[in-house]
Amino acid sequence: MPDLLLELFSEEIPARMQRRAAEDLKSAVTNALVECGYTYEAALSFATPRRLALHIVGLPAHQPDTREEKKGPRVGAPQQAIDGFLKGAGLTDLSQATIQSDPKKGDFYIAIVERKGQPTASVIADILPSIIREFPWPKSMRWGKASAESGALRWVRPLHSIVCIFGSDTETPEIVNFEIDGIKSGDVTYGHRFLAPQPFHVRRFDDYVSKLEAAKVVLSTDRRKDIILNEAKSLAFAQGLELVEDEALLEEVTGLVEWPTVLMGSFEERFLDIPPEVIRATIRANQKCFVLRRTGSNALANKFLLTSNMIAKDDGVTIINGNEKVVRARLSDAKFFWETDLKVKLEDRLEKLKSITFHAKLGTQFERVERITSLAKELAPIVKADVKKAERAARLCKADLVSEIVGEFPEVQGLMGRYYATRQIEDASVAIALEDHYKPQGPSDRIPNDPVAIAVALADKIDTLTGFWSIDEKPTGSKDPYALRRAALGVIRIILENGLSFKLSQHHIDSDLLAFFHDRLKVYLRDKGARHDLIDAVLGIDAGNDDLLLVVKRVEALDALLTTDDGKNLLAGFRRAANILKAEEKKEGVSYKNTFDPNLLKESQEKVLGEILSFATLHAAEHVLSQDFARAMRELAQLRPAVDAFFEAILVNAEDPALRKNRLALLAAFRDATRTVADFSAIAG
Amino acid sequence: MTDALNPKKSFQALILTLNRFWAEQGCVILQPYDMEVGAGTFHPSTTLRALGPKHWRAAYVQPSRRPKDGRYGENPNRLQHYYQYQVIMKPSPANLQDLYLRSLYAIGIDPELHDIRFVEDDWESPTLGAWGLGWECWCDGMEVSQFTYFQQVAGIECSPVSGELTYGLERLAMYVQGVENVYDLNFNGLEGEDRISYGDVFLQAEQEYSRHNFEAANTEKLAEHFKDAEAECKALLDFGARKERHLMVLPAYDQCIKASHLFNLLDARGVISVTERQSYIFRVRELAKACGEAWLKTEGGGACGAACV
Repeated sequence: MPDLLLELFSEEIPARMQRRAAEDLKSAVTNALVECGYTYEAALSFATPRRLALHIVGLPAHQPDTREEKKGPRVGAPQQAIDGFLKGAGLTDLSQATIQSDPKKGDFYIAIVERKGQPTASVIADILPSIIREFPWPKSMRWGKASAESGALRWVRPLHSIVCIFGSDTETPEIVNFEIDGIKSGDVTYGHRFLAPQPFHVRRFDDYVSKLEAAKVVLSTDRRKDIILNEAKSLAFAQGLELVEDEALLEEVTGLVEWPTVLMGSFEERFLDIPPEVIRATIRANQKCFVLRRTGSNALANKFLLTSNMIAKDDGVTIINGNEKVVRARLSDAKFFWETDLKVKLEDRLEKLKSITFHAKLGTQFERVERITSLAKELAPIVKADVKKAERAARLCKADLVSEIVGEFPEVQGLMGRYYATRQIEDASVAIALEDHYKPQGPSDRIPNDPVAIAVALADKIDTLTGFWSIDEKPTGSKDPYALRRAALGVIRIILENGLSFKLSQHHIDSDLLAFFHDRLKVYLRDKGARHDLIDAVLGIDAGNDDLLLVVKRVEALDALLTTDDGKNLLAGFRRAANILKAEEKKEGVSYKNTFDPNLLKESQEKVLGEILSFATLHAAEHVLSQDFARAMRELAQLRPAVDAFFEAILVNAEDPALRKNRLALLAAFRDATRTVADFSAIAG
Repeated sequence: MTDALNPKKSFQALILTLNRFWAEQGCVILQPYDMEVGAGTFHPSTTLRALGPKHWRAAYVQPSRRPKDGRYGENPNRLQHYYQYQVIMKPSPANLQDLYLRSLYAIGIDPELHDIRFVEDDWESPTLGAWGLGWECWCDGMEVSQFTYFQQVAGIECSPVSGELTYGLERLAMYVQGVENVYDLNFNGLEGEDRISYGDVFLQAEQEYSRHNFEAANTEKLAEHFKDAEAECKALLDFGARKERHLMVLPAYDQCIKASHLFNLLDARGVISVTERQSYIFRVRELAKACGEAWLKTEGGGACGAACV
């Protein structure tokens, strides 16, 4: 069966958009073909800096015919209805319709619309122009003479030519002819911009790929990526070095070359005094080059790898020299910054924080540091951190923001604080806290575990949250510009994974913010596989739900209880009691309290329940207080036989109104008893 | 070719070579605009000429001032005053990338020896209300030019779109001359006693202007001048406004340029807070927008003259 080859050749497509664009092209074209009634065997798409290509394998030469029956009005219907039917079905005269008899409804007109399949090439020529015009680039542009007209074609960068060929192996493939804004499809493409710029004809996909390869273009992104990675590794290996792998950088440089050639450059050893993260950030951000380390060591080597797009006639000597020159200039800057930064003590930088606005309504970074410091001091005893050290770390935690290096590379904030602190011989915990108080940055980032770092990390995040809450800048829908969800998740992870128990409400968190924490906690626990109804049941009890660790323990205990028979039956008993109470309360418009009179309990089963209730409730509450939820649950579980027996033998709706009221109050007491651990009414199933 | 005219040996020859090259492409070779601007784009031959339907091709050197980038002549790569070479072609020709590469070849950058790359870099000027898509052009890992297809200028859609090239001349010269310090550039291509370096020409200026920009400029006066320029710009626009025509855009736009430079000076003096910054940028943008709107009502902006009424 024939194949389709499509290539859209343009000026340089941003690296970050290429993969997505190849996918979008494939789905747009295949979806349109499927809509036209086609099936195909396979579709593959590709991207390089200058082209998007699509290969559809096994596409029939002819579009399948279609046959559709359109039901019309009954025979003898008003003319208007008949005209509408004819128009809709594309008929000119009623004689073209057939009449179908239905024993119940009478005679109807039916139009049979048969559509002859078109030659595939013309179907493709029909669908492609609108796909190209409506291509979902994240950013697109107009250019050239055509941009004087409204409705000009938009593309990511100027589009120069289109190859569109359809045909099988055995015959001469045909060009699928169409035109967009003066660009005519054809069978001509171009090779590498410098190494093989001449135009050439292509016949089909295999031919296209091999001619491109001969013209120094590797079509497949993954292949270019492999080539770069392998060349990089072997160049490193030959020097006794190891590539510091960097997936995002590799992906980016792959999108910057059609014919990758990896070259090694070096810089002066003296630059290795700069922290390795800074060397890496410098070389990566400015030069898009990889750094190397000595095999089996963490120390960087004074070498770097660049990915060029050229086979230069001097074997790359000029290219390496040029890149080395730029790297040297950048590292000179970085070294100068680093050395300048070391001359200023962190505490002497605090004054400068006064000129940095954190947020217009939340004051300067200096004011923020003040708040974080007081909060860190407050939290230190709770997380078993030395108060003095927590205070010191909090005071210094934002000082590196006004250092030269962080000004240049914001991504090393915190880390630089740690370096500066270590150099000025701060306590080790303080130094660690300067880096770790930013952690965790997301669900998979590591959490701080040194108590000083924990205190500052919690203070930093809680201050962020309470601050934005106070000015009513809460996340809405998909909008969370201040990453408040991440901050709340950070607090939750630090608390739970370090096993910290304290009441959030005692640290400036109001009920609205607490509800936000509860939402994030639900997401976190659900991801861990917890039942969300159990979380709701535990959170439904206001008392104690501001201590997140206890909330989790309660959920676990409740989950354990409900896997036992006692637990299941207790739940069943609760539901029965709750339903009876609900019905009666609704009927009478009152709500029953647990104020039953023990002297009015008549039958033995209700006497037993009354007695067990009072001490089980008491004990459960005690265990809740001492945070032993499993025991609290077990206490409640002991109610089960008494509850079962009660329902077995006792008629709640006794004739004597006093008796009836007292029994309902007894059930209310049971309902309340369960609330010592959870809101059983929220439990599903 | 004498060294004085060799773009690999002299800074001025680099400029002369680019002038010759772009003249051959039909560009009007203009002289720098006689005002302090932050970049070649501010030249009315780019900002205003990018608007309206008329075709236009121009190239020129523009001395550019970035007060904040002053380093008292001590940094080998940073200057508060430097030269940009600016090319604008409207509409953008289909072979603009090719022309650009040929211009590099003309100044001694052989694409068969170097690694030249077009790396995504979308340009935006908040003060001019302008943006475009394009690239940083890299030569062996160094950014040597900015290449932009203007989509919007002064808040107005460009129709047709112009292609803009901006070469950082000092950086390019350092590269082709093989020097690591801008002040070591050979300016006139001569040697020995006759040699004039970039430092001979500009070092003292860098030192003095750095002092001025960071220490001496009177911030109260600058703030007043800003207000004056803003008010004058609006007043001139009012003065020149006729129903469908405008008679005084260029003088008004000069005031917009002035306001922009005053803002840059205030910024260098460190007296503008983050929120104030936004408001200054907004104010300059409003002036640029008003000038752009008015430009479309002039002959240059393509408004129909009295002749066709």
